[in-house]
Parts: sequence; C-alpha cells; structure tokens
Amino acid sequence: MSSFGQTAPQPGLATSQRGLFGRLLQRRRSSGAKRKPRDAARSFIVTFVAVVVVAAFLSPLVRSATLSIKTPQQISAVDGPVVPVSPAIFTYRDRDYPIMNVPINGTTRELALVKKGRTSSQFADPADPAAQTAPLIVWQGNWRALQGVTRFDPHWENYSNVWNELDYPRLLFNTIVIALIGMLGTVVSSTLVAYGFARFRFPGRNLLFIIVIATIFLPGAVTIIPTYTIFARIGWVGTWLPLLVPAFFANAYDVFLLRQYFMTIPREMDEAAAIDGAGPFRTLVSVLLPQALPVIIAVAIFHLVYSWNDFFAPLIYLSSNADLQTIPVGLARFSGARVAQDPGLIQAGTLMTLVIPVLLFLVFQRFFVRGIVITGVEK
Amino acid sequence: MQVAQQHARAARPVVAKRRRMSPLARREAAWAIVFISPWIIGFFVFTLLPMVTTFVFTFTNVTLTQEQPLRFVGLNNYVTLLNDPQAWESLGVTLKFAALALPVGVLTPFVVALLLNSAYLRGSSVFRILFFIPYVVPFVAGVLIWQSMLNPESGWINQFLSTIGVADPPDWLQDPRWIYPGLVFIGIWGIGGAIIVYLAGLRGIPTELYDAAKIDGAGWWGSLRNVTMPMLSPVFLYTLVLGIVDVLQYFLVPLVINQGTGEPGGTTNFLNLYIYQNFFTYQNMYYGATLAWLLFGITLVITLVVFGTARRWVYYAGER
Repeated sequence: MSSFGQTAPQPGLATSQRGLFGRLLQRRRSSGAKRKPRDAARSFIVTFVAVVVVAAFLSPLVRSATLSIKTPQQISAVDGPVVPVSPAIFTYRDRDYPIMNVPINGTTRELALVKKGRTSSQFADPADPAAQTAPLIVWQGNWRALQGVTRFDPHWENYSNVWNELDYPRLLFNTIVIALIGMLGTVVSSTLVAYGFARFRFPGRNLLFIIVIATIFLPGAVTIIPTYTIFARIGWVGTWLPLLVPAFFANAYDVFLLRQYFMTIPREMDEAAAIDGAGPFRTLVSVLLPQALPVIIAVAIFHLVYSWNDFFAPLIYLSSNADLQTIPVGLARFSGARVAQDPGLIQAGTLMTLVIPVLLFLVFQRFFVRGIVITGVEK
Repeated sequence: MQVAQQHARAARPVVAKRRRMSPLARREAAWAIVFISPWIIGFFVFTLLPMVTTFVFTFTNVTLTQEQPLRFVGLNNYVTLLNDPQAWESLGVTLKFAALALPVGVLTPFVVALLLNSAYLRGSSVFRILFFIPYVVPFVAGVLIWQSMLNPESGWINQFLSTIGVADPPDWLQDPRWIYPGLVFIGIWGIGGAIIVYLAGLRGIPTELYDAAKIDGAGWWGSLRNVTMPMLSPVFLYTLVLGIVDVLQYFLVPLVINQGTGEPGGTTNFLNLYIYQNFFTYQNMYYGATLAWLLFGITLVITLVVFGTARRWVYYAGER
C-alpha cells in the first residue's frame, strides 16, 4: 500500500474536474474583459428572455406554494390575490366588524364599519387606543362603495392536516427505508459489475456490455407481467421485496456510469496495488473507490431520488397493503377523492413530497449533473 | 501483467492452442465473472426470463389465480387481438399522442439548452439548476401541481390566456380536443435531463468549427444549421430513441388524473393502460402479455427504422 502513497487519490472533485467531465462541462466562453458595449445590450436581452422562460417554467411551483397556505374559501374567492388574504377584522365592544378603506378629509383611513347605512355610516378607529369608548366616526356616503381591507393570512394548517390525515410519518418512514436499502444494493452491485467490465478481459465482454446498454432501451411492459405473476405466486406482492431485491442485481445506467468513470482512472494504479499483493477486491476498495467517489455519490443520489419518486412499482406491489405504501402512492390515493374540494390540502401534500428530492438535488447538483452528462453524451 | 501473460502463452503453446486462453487469462476471466455475476443473474431473472415468459404467456390461458386448468391455446390470443377494436384504438391513441409529444420532447430541451449555452447569458449555472428542478419533482406531485395549473377557471395558464385576450380558453384536461396539448404541458416538466445532455453536447463542440463557419460567412442560423445540429446529431438520436420508448409506454399521467377511466371521450385509453388493466385489474396475464408483445414489437420496429435512417443524419466525429 505504501508504495503508491504519493499518488493516493483525494476523494473529491478535484481529480475528476480536470478530466473528461471537466472538459464537457467547461464553459467555452471568452472572459468578461472582451465584452464589447454592444454585447451588453444583447446580454441583457438574452438574460431577460431566460428569466421570463424560467419564471414561466417554475410558476406551477409558485402557484402550488400559494395554494398550499390557503383555505378553500380563500381559493374560491373571485379575483382574489395570489397570496392568501383574509378580510381584516376589528373587535369593537365584543363584536367583530370588517375594516374598510374610508376616504375622509382627503386621506384614506382604515376604519371598522360598525353601523352600516345607505347615506351615512359609523366607524370605529382601530388605531385609536381608546376606540372602545371614543365616539364613533360618522362618514357620509354608501358603505357599499367602500373597499374592505385585507390582511396577509397564511394557513399553515394544511401541512399539519396532510401530515395527520395521510398518515405521513408512516409513509415517510416507508419511503426512506425503501430508498436507503435500495441505494445500498444499487451502489454495491453496480460498482462490482462496473469494475468487472472496466478492468477484466474475458471472451464476449463487448457483446455483454452492449446487452447491458440495450436493457436501458427495453420497454418495461415486456417484462412486468411474468415478474408480477411470479412475485404474486411466491407471496411477495404486498411486501417490499419486489422493490428491494432487484436493486441488488445492478442497474444498466449505473453500471455504464461507473464503468466509464473507472476507465478514466489509470491502470498503473491498479498494477501498483497488485504488485503490493492486493487482490482484485482490495484494489477496487482501496484504489478505485476513493477516486470514483464523486460518481458513486451520483449513483447513490440518483437511486435515492428515483426510489423516492417511483410510482408504478410501489403502486402495483403495495396497493393491497396501505401500511407499507410510499409517499407518492399515498398521495395519489389521497388526492383522487379530494382534488376538487380542497386544493390547498393537496398542494401542501405535493410540496411535502417534493421537498426532499429537490433538496437532495440542490445539495448534490454537481454530482447529479455530471452523472447525466456521462450517461447521455458518451453513447 | 501483459508481459506475464505473453510469457505464459509462449511457455505453454500446446495448451494455449487447445484452450486458447492462458491460465492467467482464465483467472482474469474468472474474476470478471465473479464481479459481473450480480448483473448476469439479474439480467436472467428480471429481464431475459420474463421477456421469454411474456412471449410464452401469449400462447396460454394463464391468469393470476388460474381457476381454469393451464393449457396452451395456440394462436387464440393473437386472433382475439386482431379482432379487438379496443386494442387497436388504444394503439391509435398512443401513436396520436406520440406524434405531438415526441417532437416537443426532443426539440424543447434543445432550444432551452441553446439559450443556456448562449455566450450572452449571465448566470447560466443558476438557470441550469432552475431548469433542472422540476426533473427531480416526484411524478405524482408534478401531475397534481399541473392539474391545478391547468384548471379551466383558476389555473394560471387560462388566467394568462384571458389576460392576453383569449375569449374562451380551453378546458385542457376535460376537452378531447385539448387533452393532448394539456398532457404535453405536464410532460414539459420532464425535460431537465435532456437539457443537461444537450448542454454537455453543445459545450463539447470545438470552437474552431464556429470560427471556421464565421469565416465562411455563416450567421447565427447558418452555424446552427451547419455546425451545431450535425455535431449534436448523436445526442438527438439518443434523446429520440429514449423518447420513443417512453412515449409508447405512456399512461401513468392520465392514470393519476382520471384513475384510468380514459376520459375525456376515450382519448386517454393508451395502449399501456390497456395492458396495465389486463394484467393488474383483470389479472388476465395471457392477454396482457399478448398486448405487451404488440407494444414491444411496435417499439422495436420504430426504433429500428430510426436507427436505419440514422446513417443519413447522424454524424460521428470520430468516424470516416
């Protein structure tokens, strides 16, 4: 081991960024100093277009967020504003009165409408500390012409309601456990297989690797029926096993990703380890794995997000057992009946569902992007 | 290691001739088998065997509970298929939707990638992250968010259309004429992955090619047409083939929206929904399998046609 200590890889991004993937992700852009004045206008236009497009692209998320903190009444309010609001109320002598914008003496004041009248109305002033005892303010005019004052009034209870009604803690636990076990299986098995393809010669290797790639393009419909039948016959339907066991038998995407990365690591390092008496397993663990850490993280995150978001497999295998279901299946079941009557509740549920994968992506986005680049561009 | 191998081969030429592999090479192959065995086992158990079994199922009367004795029925299932208008209608639905969704799915991420790759764009890495976010939003959450977005009255799409003066904005998900554009809207949220792939492809194009095109008098459109598009053609092929495989299996979005009723007016009776209903709802494994082979066959034919034409439009820089 000590003989290649000087080249011991630093786990992290530095090694790889200079390599193949760094080249792919590098900007081929001239430095800012070269920018001409005419380019500033173009730059503004292009950036402005991008802002508009991305705003439109993400606007459904914004809408979902605003709906999630509204009550059904706030949502159904005609021409209501985007943000949740409620009419402002002032309690005058133990009764609630709506606050209106009242134009008096050239200025507009926010006053509580205590006595409605067609030609003159009487108001209390919420800003006055002595409002409860002070004489009412009289205003001449039809109160119907006045506009009510609204206050920002978010309703966070949609989130706690979903949490309770959907049995969210259980779904969350199920989803996390399934994702983590599957991640472990995928990372271990795909690493082993990728190592086999990247470092060992054997007859038929190229053909087998082409088959690996071909399975990426295979429609799932052509294998699902017997698989489901067998799982049903051996009593696995209604358990997590159909979701977990296949993860331990490698996955074409991840094998491809890891193999491409292993191939960029110089063989001399393996050979140095071999001379030191390391066997193939030892070489994989102590030479390749530390170098390939960024891609292994990418594979792990891919699987977490994939498993978290997966709908079809949990749907068909866990329909019969609500206690073992995952968040997406639970959410679909929950929303089917209520999507029309309580949109705020549904949107709170969707946001709770997407927050973890989105955060995972934001934190690990460099690994994520690199992984997609490798699988997408190199074929 | 290579030297050692050659040495072994030279020392025992007779053995090498008979078995064609030196002991060392055999050892190496044995290790390879050890390492790739998870995939080999998984491939046999979860891919090859089920594929063959699906095919075998099409000649039987197998169901999940098997109340009737299991037997071979010859080509009966295929005869049923030929005379099953629902199957062919669902295939028509799938192809009709694909004709709209596929071009959008291949071209939209390309256009966005061009925008993100523009030298004039400030803060492109931030935009890249923002465009990618919906890609990691769980499928069910995305559908529910868009279902609300496409609401005919309160949805922002129609509110926007009303603002710019569209008198009678469509009821996207309830109107048979507008359901496919509505579903395509929902699908747009899945373009993040393709954007990244196109973007990486764009950044891999050597700058010299653009310089040369400029010298030859090519404008923006000229270099797009004669440099960018040919250089990106392998990425187009990849996106197109994956898109074909995906779109032909499409059915989960409408399943979440309408629980598989096919509403509005049967326009969401996709072929894969019919397969799903057969094997999952009715537990008719034999007919589901027959439909699955129909789907597989069509996917294979279309993909092969695309690969066949690829010679003419896909340009591989390394090839002569």
